Amino acid sequence: MQALLENGPLWLQGMLATLLLTGATTLIGLPIGILLAGMRVSPVAALRVVATVWTEVARNTPLTLVFFFTAFVLPKLGIILDFQIGAILALTYYTSAFFAEAVRSGINSVPMGQAEASRSIGLGFGQTMTLVVLPQAFRSVLPPLINVIIALVKNTSVAMGFFVFVLVSVAQRLSNVYGDQALEIFVGIAFSYLLITVPLGQLVDHLERKWSVQR
Amino acid sequence: MRSKLTLGVAAFAVLALTACGGPAGTTSSEAPEGSADPGTGSSTEHPYGLEVVEAPEFEAGTTMAELAEAGSITIGTKFDQPLFGLVGPDGAPEGFDVAVGSLIAAELGIPFESIEWTETVSANRETFIENGTVDLVAATYTINDARKEKIDFAGPYYEAGQALMVLAGNPDGLTGPDDVAGLSVCSVEGSTPAARIVDEYGATLQATDTYSNCLDPLRNGQVVAVTTDNVILAGFVDQNAGEFELVNDGETFTEEPYGLGITKGDDEFRTFINDVLEAAVEDGRMAELWEQTAGTVLPTPEFPAPDRY
Repeated sequence: MQALLENGPLWLQGMLATLLLTGATTLIGLPIGILLAGMRVSPVAALRVVATVWTEVARNTPLTLVFFFTAFVLPKLGIILDFQIGAILALTYYTSAFFAEAVRSGINSVPMGQAEASRSIGLGFGQTMTLVVLPQAFRSVLPPLINVIIALVKNTSVAMGFFVFVLVSVAQRLSNVYGDQALEIFVGIAFSYLLITVPLGQLVDHLERKWSVQR
Repeated sequence: MRSKLTLGVAAFAVLALTACGGPAGTTSSEAPEGSADPGTGSSTEHPYGLEVVEAPEFEAGTTMAELAEAGSITIGTKFDQPLFGLVGPDGAPEGFDVAVGSLIAAELGIPFESIEWTETVSANRETFIENGTVDLVAATYTINDARKEKIDFAGPYYEAGQALMVLAGNPDGLTGPDDVAGLSVCSVEGSTPAARIVDEYGATLQATDTYSNCLDPLRNGQVVAVTTDNVILAGFVDQNAGEFELVNDGETFTEEPYGLGITKGDDEFRTFINDVLEAAVEDGRMAELWEQTAGTVLPTPEFPAPDRY
């Protein structure tokens, strides 16, 4: 534990890097996920197919392989990215599928009658989604969305193997210098992940109480 | 209690059997040329051509006595380092560390087949020694004071040093570590070479979890060099003919004495290993082990004398 305390700046750097990866991925991945979910319930068959293929392939591929693709395969194809950008790309692609499924479950939780009613008063698909279905869907979708983000926080650790410095890298680096404190260091880093994820869980509890749809 | 008794009986039986095989053993020792050639012998021959001491005697209660009686030893080594500890698809590790580990085992009367190899990566070596997961670690393990606080080192048995590997032809014209300041260099997160190239030479670290991951970024120009101990880099140069080269013919800029990690405070075991190492250097077995492994790529070094601290 002393090793972690003595290396506060390094720990902070890892903490920030993990938060940055999580934040960037959520910021880009969530809109993609919402779009994918919308496509999956849309009346246009081609959109449904594209969204279904994206979601199924992305969520059924091991994250390490996705990282491997952005770090080693893309450069072979002549696309050389900054490793951090590559990591965000990998995490976004992978996580967007989980966001999409979470949002879709929310959409499915809105009673069919709501969509039928909005159509009967003359709203189109876009209006039905944005004005009636999605606002209701979002409330029930909060817990699964936060679950996806919590999983994402932990998934950022995979980036360590692909040239990106994250929280687990701190443990790796310090455990070499302070081999005698390896166990304490790893416990400390595990606790650092809790520092990020537990408040997220608390937040969702709070929001749920505030917003949950009473049925 | 009962299982201990059974073990004891079994160990006695094994000892008695090997003792009976004594005369046969002496005849095989008269053909060192054949046995020194790895791979051609039968399964009972040592892959590195070492003589397994038969029924060695040790003072009761020592680690040596325990291991010899058990007839097996668990040795931690790396599984991903060419020339030192590398596991191929068949699952058997090979390399200089593996050879040195089997040398200690042989002196304890333990044949190569009875050695259990456990993968020890850089981060888990001290822990594995402390909690008894392994009896001995031979894993390109640099002796240093911080590590000595938790474990003890026998050796050194080889002195490696940090070096730089670049693309063949050295396109960036690097002449040494002083040239990498501000440039991207690949190494393994948490390793000593990684820390040093950043702290002392101001490089930008691109860190990954295994050195082999560094090869593609080097090929793609995402990093200008890969840095770690010369022996590891030499393995990569050898494996990828014509692709890479060592800066300045592999000139090293640090001294990394490789030791064998054992339980802290086990002085008898440490002295025993140091004796074995010293004797092996003296009678040329060490050089033979080297030539069969890392020596296929690297010149045979002057082996350091054990540091009996």
